[in-house]
Amino acid sequence: MSFIPGQPVTAVVQRIEIRKLRQGEHLILGFSIGGGIDQDPGQNPFSEDKSDKGIYVTRVTPGGPAEVAGLMMGDKVMQVNGWDMTMVTHDQARKRLTKKNEDVVRLLVTRKSLEQAVRHSMM
Amino acid sequence: MDTESTYSGYSYYSGRSRGSHRHGERSRDRHKSHSKDGSRSEKSVTINAPPAEPLLGDAAARGEEVQDDNWGETTTAVTGTSEHSLSQEDIVRITKDLEDSVGLDCRRYFTLTLSVVLGLLVFLTPLAFLALPHLLWPEKLQACGTACEGLFISVAFKLLILLFAVWALFFRAPRAGLPRVFVFRALLAVLVLLFVISYWLFYGVRILDSQDENYQGIVQYAVSLVDALLFIHYLAIVLLELRQLQPAFSVCVTRATDGETRHYNLGQLSIQRAALAIIENYYRDFPVHNPALLTASKSRAAKHLAGLKVYNVDGPGNNAATGLAQSQSRAMIAAAARRRDTSHNELYYEEAEHERRVRKRKARLVVAVEEAFTHIKRTQEEELKKAPGDVMDPREAAQAIFPSMARALQKYLRTTRQQHCHSMESIQQHLAFCITNNMTPKAFLESYLNPGPTLQYGRERWLGRQWTLISEASVTSGLKEGALFLLKCIDFSLVVTAKRIPYIQLSEEFIDPKSHKFVLRLQSETSV
Repeated sequence: MSFIPGQPVTAVVQRIEIRKLRQGEHLILGFSIGGGIDQDPGQNPFSEDKSDKGIYVTRVTPGGPAEVAGLMMGDKVMQVNGWDMTMVTHDQARKRLTKKNEDVVRLLVTRKSLEQAVRHSMM
Repeated sequence: MDTESTYSGYSYYSGRSRGSHRHGERSRDRHKSHSKDGSRSEKSVTINAPPAEPLLGDAAARGEEVQDDNWGETTTAVTGTSEHSLSQEDIVRITKDLEDSVGLDCRRYFTLTLSVVLGLLVFLTPLAFLALPHLLWPEKLQACGTACEGLFISVAFKLLILLFAVWALFFRAPRAGLPRVFVFRALLAVLVLLFVISYWLFYGVRILDSQDENYQGIVQYAVSLVDALLFIHYLAIVLLELRQLQPAFSVCVTRATDGETRHYNLGQLSIQRAALAIIENYYRDFPVHNPALLTASKSRAAKHLAGLKVYNVDGPGNNAATGLAQSQSRAMIAAAARRRDTSHNELYYEEAEHERRVRKRKARLVVAVEEAFTHIKRTQEEELKKAPGDVMDPREAAQAIFPSMARALQKYLRTTRQQHCHSMESIQQHLAFCITNNMTPKAFLESYLNPGPTLQYGRERWLGRQWTLISEASVTSGLKEGALFLLKCIDFSLVVTAKRIPYIQLSEEFIDPKSHKFVLRLQSETSV
């Protein structure tokens, strides 16, 4: 999942659609994110390349909307509702995910096992 | 004069000092070791002042006396050189004999008288320059004006300073005796002599012969001599004292018996002066040499050798001695490799057991000493007047409390094999010393728990007069990169190697104080 500067990033992604759950006056998605271009990429336990400053899913609350939709811990979020998440700050990522007027977020996430599955199926 | 080939069967001059057992294998091996020494031209000299260069005539004359009685019977072959040739080792051996017969202080007195004569000559020369015109042609001489008399004062004070300076540098009691002559001092003496002689020559030709009347010029000439002598003294200070202060070599000193190693930084010195500096540092830094601690490894080595006996089945036909030794050692090494050796196991358990024993004895000793020290209390002046009974001075106090700790101390010393280093008298003295100076039991025990430097023990351990300098290079040559020499005392030796201190290139980096900036590196986790 590392990138070469100047070249387009290619990845095998899975589309995940999460319906937000209303809890009191908040809309929650049921997972936690970490990472961002303003964060320290070396402390990311899920990334293969320790200079990857993308947004990663660090926790998925059991039984929450994210788990139901199929999100897994360690996924890297590539897009949220069409907005790019590979070069955003942590706060920007949080804002994109928690817009109050959106009920559904459609994420494009990538993980290692996806790429392996594609390779196996091609062989 | 390479005498290697001639001394295989017979040694001409060694008979006198080596004893007269000259027959059979043993003598051949010993002579072989002599010839091996000869090939490396090793010089070994005692530090106790033998004469530097004996006259060759003396040596030849003494050659007749050292002839062995059995010379005729043990000669096998004399090839290459005549009977009257001398090799380097022979000269050294003869000088050692000369020194034994002539006396140790001869050389010292010789140099002392020489230097006193030179000093007197140098000191009296300016005075002579000033006085001779008055004695020889007083009527022709111009009167000495004020400037001239001022120069008298300057001559007087400079001579006084020169007197003190020369005494301080050259005439104080030497603290060591070195084997060879001190090269720089000899050179300086020669320089001063030449200098004074040239001044005398000039004086004799231009002033005495022509009977110059300009007394002021003569006085200025004398002043210039004294100034030049002061400058030579300055040169002497730089050569003798200052040159060696800047560190240039790092020497590694290893004791051959137990591997104690220390490193020192020395300046540019000759090998003999470097050896002196190292010996002085040895007395301060190295723990005392204790031969009793080496018996364990020696017994292990003996067990290795005793385990196998090698018989020579080929008979006496194999007469190359070195070949025999090589085959023997090869056989032993092979057999030892095949045999399953459990001596490492024994060593491990033995050492653990010894450690445990030492610690137990040490605990008992510390407790005994602490208890003994509680029996003694220092009395103040007022208390003395109140209770004058049974007051003791430190020595008696030490004798009073010594018996309660004596047994524990003796057992501990015996376990650590130090019992011969400390006599009962010295222990009691040390105890009295500690009591007088209000030292705690731990301070008293410090000198028994850790072996200290050699000077801490009795005078008989110092062995100050028994050092021998063994060097392949000449001992008056300077230290070089990779120089190696040995300092042998009676039962141990110090191996010294020298390395040059590297040239250090230091570069600079400037840090702007405003350039210290920091950012937070976070890894926050937000739940959405």
